[in-house]
Amino acid sequence: MIDHDVLIIGAGLAGLRAALCAKEQGVDVAVVTKVHPVRSHSNAAQGGINAALTDRGDDWRDHAYDTIKGSDFLGDQDAIEVMCREAGDEVISMENMGAIFNRDENGNLGTRNFGGQREARTFFVADFTGQALLHVLYEQIVKAGAFVYEEWFVLSLIVRDGKCGGVVMMDIKTGKIEVVRAKAVILATGGLGRVFEPSTNALICTGDGMSLAYRAGAELMDMEMVQYHPTTLKGSGVLLSEAARGEGAYLLNSENERFMLKYAPEFKELASRDVVSRCEQTEIDEGRGIDGCVLLDVRHLGEKYINERLSQIRELGIDFANVDMVKEPVPVMPGMHYAMGGVKADIDGKTAVPGLYAAGEVACISVHGGNRLGANSLLDTLVFGRRSGIHAAEMVKSVKHLSIDDSAAQDDIKQINQLLSNEKNESFGKVRLDMGTGMKKHLGVYRDQSSMEKALELVKDIKERAKSIYVADKTKTFNTNLMFSIELGFMTECAEAIAASAIQRQESRGAHTRTDKPDRDDENWLKHILVTKAEESHDISFLDVIITDWEPVIRQY
Amino acid sequence: MEVIFKVQRFDPESTDLVSHFQEYNVQLTDSSTVLDGLIKIREEDDGTLSLRCSCRAAICGSCAMRINGEAGLACNTKIIDVMPQDGSPIVIEPAGNLPVIKDLIVDFQPFWAKFKAVEPWLQPGDIQPEGEYIAPEEDMVHLAGVVSCILCGACVSDCTVLEVDDSFLGPAALAKAYRFSRDPRDESDDQRLAQLNEPGGVWDCTRCMKCVEVCPKGVDPMDRIMLLREKVMDAGHNNTSGARHANAFAKFLKNSGWLDELKLPVMSFGIFNIKAMIGLIPLGIKSQLAGKRPPIFHHKLSSAKEIKKIFEKVESKK
Ligand SMILES: Cc1cc2nc3c(=O)[nH]c(=O)nc-3n(C[C@H](O)[C@H](O)[C@H](O)COP(=O)(O)OP(=O)(O)OC[C@H]3O[C@@H](n4cnc5c(N)ncnc54)[C@H](O)[C@@H]3O)c2cc1C
Repeated sequence: MIDHDVLIIGAGLAGLRAALCAKEQGVDVAVVTKVHPVRSHSNAAQGGINAALTDRGDDWRDHAYDTIKGSDFLGDQDAIEVMCREAGDEVISMENMGAIFNRDENGNLGTRNFGGQREARTFFVADFTGQALLHVLYEQIVKAGAFVYEEWFVLSLIVRDGKCGGVVMMDIKTGKIEVVRAKAVILATGGLGRVFEPSTNALICTGDGMSLAYRAGAELMDMEMVQYHPTTLKGSGVLLSEAARGEGAYLLNSENERFMLKYAPEFKELASRDVVSRCEQTEIDEGRGIDGCVLLDVRHLGEKYINERLSQIRELGIDFANVDMVKEPVPVMPGMHYAMGGVKADIDGKTAVPGLYAAGEVACISVHGGNRLGANSLLDTLVFGRRSGIHAAEMVKSVKHLSIDDSAAQDDIKQINQLLSNEKNESFGKVRLDMGTGMKKHLGVYRDQSSMEKALELVKDIKERAKSIYVADKTKTFNTNLMFSIELGFMTECAEAIAASAIQRQESRGAHTRTDKPDRDDENWLKHILVTKAEESHDISFLDVIITDWEPVIRQY
Repeated sequence: MEVIFKVQRFDPESTDLVSHFQEYNVQLTDSSTVLDGLIKIREEDDGTLSLRCSCRAAICGSCAMRINGEAGLACNTKIIDVMPQDGSPIVIEPAGNLPVIKDLIVDFQPFWAKFKAVEPWLQPGDIQPEGEYIAPEEDMVHLAGVVSCILCGACVSDCTVLEVDDSFLGPAALAKAYRFSRDPRDESDDQRLAQLNEPGGVWDCTRCMKCVEVCPKGVDPMDRIMLLREKVMDAGHNNTSGARHANAFAKFLKNSGWLDELKLPVMSFGIFNIKAMIGLIPLGIKSQLAGKRPPIFHHKLSSAKEIKKIFEKVESKK
């Protein structure tokens, strides 16, 4: 058994920011991650990070309002205020630590336009902002000498008397199982994209943290809010960043029409993501698509500009769609991209389980509500990563470890042995694929009562199948086969929470668009939906949205 | 279409502890990537096959491996680009120059140790700005070319120096060092460059270009190493055989228009480096016997003047 003051699960932007800030408070900090930190999915963020810098004439309150409107008024306004107020300092800190942001002609940080915002306030590093920021934080972690358990896989959280006191984890390289006690555990495990197929998310985005917290007694909130990004490639689901539209790209239908002009005359291609995705889907459904896609056109920007600012996106087009965007428009479609929902946490990262914190995509501090604005997620990871790191470090100074011993690993060992002894049967790959395609089909851009009922049925079936999948690899070293099978268990729980929340919401709001209930209903549904684990299935409860200064109005772009 | 993969397998828990190749036939399409094929094998055919992969979009750097003998990312390598015409299999091996753990998974510890050895973090001066550092956009765009390195290890896998000398810091770590050394905000150049001038540093590269060829991100590590050499010499570190070699090269060209190959090794190694001088004797004898000895009296080329002019022009620009 090993002891740490603060244990952070996840080494993406949220986890590393938390680690750095906790470490600065002088407590003992360790990070555990199932992939090397720089392989974390934060590196996939292309477009940028939002902040309203006052010395540029911007105002954090404008950023806050754009975010609230983007959220379709489901975001908690107190949390959004915190995020937007602290955004500028976070971006400047990243720059001071070494991030190479693009500049303006005076050598100050430059910005680009992003969707749903009235100001250009997205700071960026070409079109690999996430990677650039992740590498900088990793450099700082190396410098600070924070301990990282690289390629260790967390199997469960240890809960005693309702409090979280550590984790059980497995060394992927050797199969060794270890109990780690921690006075505070911070979940920073990222998203759940693989619950859907296709998805822009990496293969490691399997909702582990949401499921771990759910099993530990925490609440999952806003899980029905799944973002479909307007520009993903057919087949693989690979993302072409909103930066393309931010830099001026057009969306065209089969009649060569810039169709966004009619749906969103003011914001056009840069309306909120849920809006643009719906418009695309409508164009496709009404027969003005091309093979299930619309076209993203950047040709008018010119080769030089594209190479300087969108080179990565151009490469993606060439590699994954056989299209050189300098010469031709590329077919794109709405694709599953981001979970607005997650483990309910407050502005300091605290969850309903004492000792357990959450930050980043795994958390739902409710800054994104029904729809996240592009470039607000990186910001979310940094601001709330920092806050939870600081808060957890402060908290551990006055608490003791819970009494836990190596027997805490019993259940996980049993589960692993069970999986390994399953008889020859279907593999995790088949079950995951059926879950993913089903979830996309029934809980897509548009949904209705009957499709959501089908989703619930699907989840039930998948949960059963996941228990008896066959694990072919019986070794201890790098048994990825076993790991995927455990991840499948995590994913089925996320799928259950998503379907169970979705069917509750009797209106259309943000990303949750019901063809049978097309209107927003502020009177009854300015509410969050919470799911908690029950003996056999789950419990549902509701919570009012926090409104500070901005009353809901009709949303137009 | 049917594609045959021939994949190197290694199970550290087996009794014989040797790797072997295993063939798989996979149904794929024209647009499939090598990674699509490997995932298909892993999910549908043989769950025991282990490899690292994650983003599928050439940004996380997990899936560097050797494809038909050359390092690359499995996720952005298209099947049609690597499938041999004659129907023979696509050969998949783990990345080179790093110990194999299992199947296509290699131990990256040596890679990260070298990464850490170059102190890869910004070391600014004492004066912290109020807000951001002011820096020219050209510098940032230039550095973005290096920062786009995803640390996948393809360059390290195929580095011909690392194959024979694992004390070399290698292309990835040196490109990282360049990134900081060229950053207008970093003020630790003196110490960085002194370190890079040591054995294992910038002078150990043989300029074989392999890293430039295999880099999936166009980082051009070798070019960065060459720029570091310039910086190292500009900082006054002229007392390595590498620096002396470069200086001697330039001196001969400038003065006579061509190389004096007899004196070049003497100037590179230093005349008092007795061991190196003795080491050169067999080569001298061999070239004498083969009739390849350079002339004892080095003469000027007739066009030497023109060459000198070029030098002067370039030097005046510095
Ligand atoms: C293609 C793409 C582009 C995007 N572009 C943008 C953008 O331009 N701007 C923006 O703001 N947002 C963007 N986003 C969203 C944003 O990148 C993510 O939401 C954010 O980076 C998530 O960061 P994180 O720190 O929460 O998690 P991640 O970076 O996903 O990190 C999760 C970490 O948890 C670890 N982990 C998970 N489970 C376990 C376990 N069981 N045991 C041990 N470790 C575990 C992983 O190893 C990893 O280190 C984009 C997302 C995608 C998919």
